[in-house]
Amino acid sequence: MISALLKRLGQTLFVLFGISVLVFLVFFATPGADPTSRIAGKNASPETMTRVRHEYGFDRPLPVQYATMMKKLFITRDLASYVDRGELVVPEIVRAAPVTLSLATGAAVIWVVASVAMGTVAAAFRHTWIDRSLMMLGLIGISIPVFWLGQVANLITQARYHDTWLFSWVPGLGYIPFLESPVGWFRALIIPWVVLAVLFIGIYGRVLRADLITVSGEDFMRTARAKGLSPTRVLLVHGLRTSMITFVSLFGLDFAQLIGGGALLTEVVFGLQGVGRLTYQALSNLDLPLIMASVMYSAVFVVMANAVVDVVYVLLDPRVRDAR
Amino acid sequence: MHADVPLLEVQNLCISFRSHGRNVPIVENVSFSVNMQEILAIVGESGSGKSVTATAIMGLIDTRDVKITGSAKFRGQELIGLPQKAFRQLRGRHIAMVFQDPMTAFTPVYTIGWQIDEQIRAHERVSKSEARARTVQMLGNMGVPDPERTANRYPHQLSGGLRQRAMIAMALSCNPALLIADEPTTALDVTVQAQILDLIRNLRHDYGSSVLLITHDMGVVAETCDQVMVMYSGRVAEFGPGDAIFAQPAHPYTAALLDSIPPLTGPRPTRLPSIAGSPPSPSERPAGCAFAPRCNYSHKSCETVPPLVTYGQQSVACVLPVEGRALPSRAVTKDLA
Repeated sequence: MISALLKRLGQTLFVLFGISVLVFLVFFATPGADPTSRIAGKNASPETMTRVRHEYGFDRPLPVQYATMMKKLFITRDLASYVDRGELVVPEIVRAAPVTLSLATGAAVIWVVASVAMGTVAAAFRHTWIDRSLMMLGLIGISIPVFWLGQVANLITQARYHDTWLFSWVPGLGYIPFLESPVGWFRALIIPWVVLAVLFIGIYGRVLRADLITVSGEDFMRTARAKGLSPTRVLLVHGLRTSMITFVSLFGLDFAQLIGGGALLTEVVFGLQGVGRLTYQALSNLDLPLIMASVMYSAVFVVMANAVVDVVYVLLDPRVRDAR
Repeated sequence: MHADVPLLEVQNLCISFRSHGRNVPIVENVSFSVNMQEILAIVGESGSGKSVTATAIMGLIDTRDVKITGSAKFRGQELIGLPQKAFRQLRGRHIAMVFQDPMTAFTPVYTIGWQIDEQIRAHERVSKSEARARTVQMLGNMGVPDPERTANRYPHQLSGGLRQRAMIAMALSCNPALLIADEPTTALDVTVQAQILDLIRNLRHDYGSSVLLITHDMGVVAETCDQVMVMYSGRVAEFGPGDAIFAQPAHPYTAALLDSIPPLTGPRPTRLPSIAGSPPSPSERPAGCAFAPRCNYSHKSCETVPPLVTYGQQSVACVLPVEGRALPSRAVTKDLA
């Protein structure tokens, strides 16, 4: 058990190292991406360029630059932005992370519950109008762009119907920390959660329905029926439980991706200062330390989420347990 | 329960599936009965309708494109058209089923013991520990070594033979009157096959169960069964006591199937005879006797569907006995039966 954990940790560190080298090289060793000219400004004199280059250490060999950046990022944690001078990068990520974490977690709860319900009901009533309309709804959910849905939600809850009893509880755009006011946190996030979850409900509901229908043709489902179990029990205890294996692996990837800043559009539309938005800002003005920091942050989550998925896998599927 | 009333009585069972707008008959006018503590074998090639017959009796055909007519009475209770809710009381409790492939017939994510407990607790009000005690006892009775530990293992951790034993233990856990075994030994290797057949043969003494054994293997039939029903292309070809059929098959198809068993005594044949061609697909059945295109004795009168006629101890759907040209009796394979 411990050796497996250590192995996992080693793999994680290796992956993180690889990603950091890759990001570093893409931005530092790509021709034309010289950060000096961006920092020094347009038409800077050669003297200024040299000064800036020396000050930021860009005249040193690449491995040294890489090591310095990693040291500043992980050990001294005083890596500063190139764009806003003196603005430390790590605290910015630390400020943004809870926002994204809250957004993604809440949405995940909604989409897991809703899509399991939707997929199971659709599979139970397959080929009836219930199934067809649920799948149609799912397809609509998948097709609606999240920024459009978000804007419409804002239009309705913030402007048009904000003064009616229905939406007067919705606070203005932005994030309210949980510790400050749990109720406010919930009120501020519930609409972004739903908007973000809609796409995933559609995808997961459809995937789960397809899985359940495939599983229903399996021999063990026939055995379960031949045992005299009720259709509900056959579907939930034998079918759904077995189908959850695919569901979980899909979920791990999507959830990690969202935590790592994949909910950019939702964050922008709802004015949430999350990691996605931070990464977007860093990319748009090529702020290398911030890019590096946010990429490393999301890589950590992706790798961690994969590790969690593996653990859940082991719990869900005894065949995996023996295979390792 | 009167001993003279058959446990299961099937009459004129017809099953057809709707496909591309027309009805394709899969099983036509099948009638048979299983008496108390009797083993009846349904024999036939794949596609002969034997599994469909069994699934229909169990009420496990769940597409809406199927049409089932006729009658199947279990202890006098009509099964055809029985609502699923009433069927659930029977399934697993009074009629149990063992499937062909023990590799896939257990849900992979639960232990064997859990799945047997589940069946017991679905039909009887017993506590978890009582159910488990019965499970362990059943597994032990089925010759599973170290049943307590095996109960806590997952299906993939057991060998095919053990899994099939566990499957039979599960089927028998509520002491059913009728066990339907659909090719229970096909997926197993030969030595395990013999053990499982022994187990099935002893069920009637140990548990008083009747068995409906579905197989394509005449060798399996020879070893286990009282009554034999040979099916070809969805119809009954021949029905009668095993001894009689093995001694003197009346249908050329039965005779051909018997020819394909390797003899236990005498010189070893270099090549076993096989039946040329393959059975017709249900949508392309010939107008007359379905076996005629592959039959050596096929002639003019085979162009109409032959009725079942009584011949000796068996009934047979062939014109030959009626025409006085019955097949010769078989001395060689008799010691097999």
